[in-house]
Amino acid sequence: MYDVQSKDGSEWFYTEKVKDHFFNPQNLIKTQEEAIKYSEEADGVGIEGSPACGDMMKMWIKVENNKIKECKWQTFGCASAIASTSMFSVIITENGGMDIEKALEIKPQDISSRLDGLPTRKFHCSVLADKALRAAINDYYEKTGQINKIKKDKIKIIDKILKITDQDIEEAVLDGVRDFEGLQKRTKIGIQDKSCIQEAKQLLRFYVEKYFAEEK
Amino acid sequence: MDKEIYMDSSATTYIDPEVFEVMKPYFNYEFGNAGSMHSKGLKAAHALNLSRDKISKILNCNFDEIIFTGSGTESINLAIKGFVFKNRKKGNHIITTKIEHHAVLDTCEYLEKQGFDVTYVEVEKNGIVDPEKIKNAIREDTILISVMYVNNEIGTIQLIKEISKITKEKNIIFHTDACQAGNSETLNIEELGVDMLSLNGSKIYGPKGVGILYKKSTIRLEPLIHGGGQEFGLRSGTENIPAIIGFTKALEIAQRDRNKNNNYLLDLRDYLIENLLKIDDTILNGDIDKRIPNNINITFLNIEGEAILLKLDNEGICASSGSACTSKSLDPSHVILALGRPYEAAHGSIRFSLTKNTTKEGIDHLINVMPKIVEELRGISPVTLKMEDIENV
Repeated sequence: MYDVQSKDGSEWFYTEKVKDHFFNPQNLIKTQEEAIKYSEEADGVGIEGSPACGDMMKMWIKVENNKIKECKWQTFGCASAIASTSMFSVIITENGGMDIEKALEIKPQDISSRLDGLPTRKFHCSVLADKALRAAINDYYEKTGQINKIKKDKIKIIDKILKITDQDIEEAVLDGVRDFEGLQKRTKIGIQDKSCIQEAKQLLRFYVEKYFAEEK
Repeated sequence: MDKEIYMDSSATTYIDPEVFEVMKPYFNYEFGNAGSMHSKGLKAAHALNLSRDKISKILNCNFDEIIFTGSGTESINLAIKGFVFKNRKKGNHIITTKIEHHAVLDTCEYLEKQGFDVTYVEVEKNGIVDPEKIKNAIREDTILISVMYVNNEIGTIQLIKEISKITKEKNIIFHTDACQAGNSETLNIEELGVDMLSLNGSKIYGPKGVGILYKKSTIRLEPLIHGGGQEFGLRSGTENIPAIIGFTKALEIAQRDRNKNNNYLLDLRDYLIENLLKIDDTILNGDIDKRIPNNINITFLNIEGEAILLKLDNEGICASSGSACTSKSLDPSHVILALGRPYEAAHGSIRFSLTKNTTKEGIDHLINVMPKIVEELRGISPVTLKMEDIENV
């Protein structure tokens, strides 16, 4: 019923599991009152994205003995974002909760495979969940005085003339760029600052492997 | 909910049974090629001529001013590219607006790459283009102005007659994309004062894969498709007679029943708008009066449009959204953004385009389920913008 065809003709659709998690999301905060209550109770809270980009995620966690006992979330996002965050919250809290370190290693393709796949074009919708978790865990570390454990994604400028960052490259990959030619067409990276081409190519490979490597 | 409530007629319409009936014989019995020198071919040629004649009467123009094409998009491409390629010596500048359909916008972007200059005129907050702004954009080298008759997303009706007064005075060719206007607006060329006009079948309860371009006989175009010289040499390829027959019948019905349908739909539209706006933090996109009688476009703040569409679909309701997630480009609606609304508002915009057979019962079902869907999705959203936040942007 929800099968959809994209404008470029490539067919894509939502699997039964995606539909199930969209219509019955797990661990979801359902009202603003609940959100306020959880903000007081949670051990860590994180926010990622912005509504202007069409995608925003807020996540609350409770931690016990270094394991994630509860993971609650809210989203301004499409069906894929709702379904993948629902699945993500299940993965990190099932069987008594996942170790923090392990939870941070979960990749979008792990979520996608548990949902029996997401349309390629919708893949980027599942990325926000692990970024929000990273923010929530950092918040937890800060509140519990484990400052040395906080890891932040530092923004690094790659193309020094056009001020193109590693995040721009990451975004391009998530939007479907796979080769350097495509990256250059989109960002104009390396056209003026030729010294950055090598590094840009390495980062491109890194992000393509990070998000789109075959699931093992 | 077993019943399907289709409110996406601006995407496409079903084929009217009356239209389908008249098309049928042309698929098998009267299958001839209008270019053939035998009775089978002559019958096809006769059907083609008769269709062209009927359409020219509806549009109040000459027989040889109607060119059949394969779609509204093709008509628009032929009008714009065909004209500027043929008339490049006269000038290099094109004027259009920021809220055109991609058939116009992408064609203009392509022409910019070919060295043409294009001005994209701003639209007012109510979704209407100010003719004065078109006038102010005119330069010495302006050769073509293209402004849509009715906007496909927000249904606003542009001031075509006012703009054509300006273009006549300045002696500039004026094309209008009328693809969304055929069901409710006049298509009388004399009245509108346009030099070219594009229409298609799939929005007027006719078949898909057929469109027409009206082109004033004095205008010369460069063909985009070369071959057997059909359609006065402007659009080669064996004529699609069943589709042309269907298009003609659909246009006849649409223009014949225009006032009746308008009266019926206006009440339903206003009833739906009134009730949907009762939900907190909602905005009507586009002018409340200067819009076609079947278009409702509303932003539900703090929710992403695709999620709304899927929940509506689950209730049997088909609509569409300006959300980035429903577009190929992952950019939200350029039309909602052009109204001066922030990105947040574009992502949560939903278009309901009623069909001529939409019932009060269907509308009531929508009115019943919408508050719950909005409440649910707002409950799970971390964004809690208010109307004031949007209006102050």
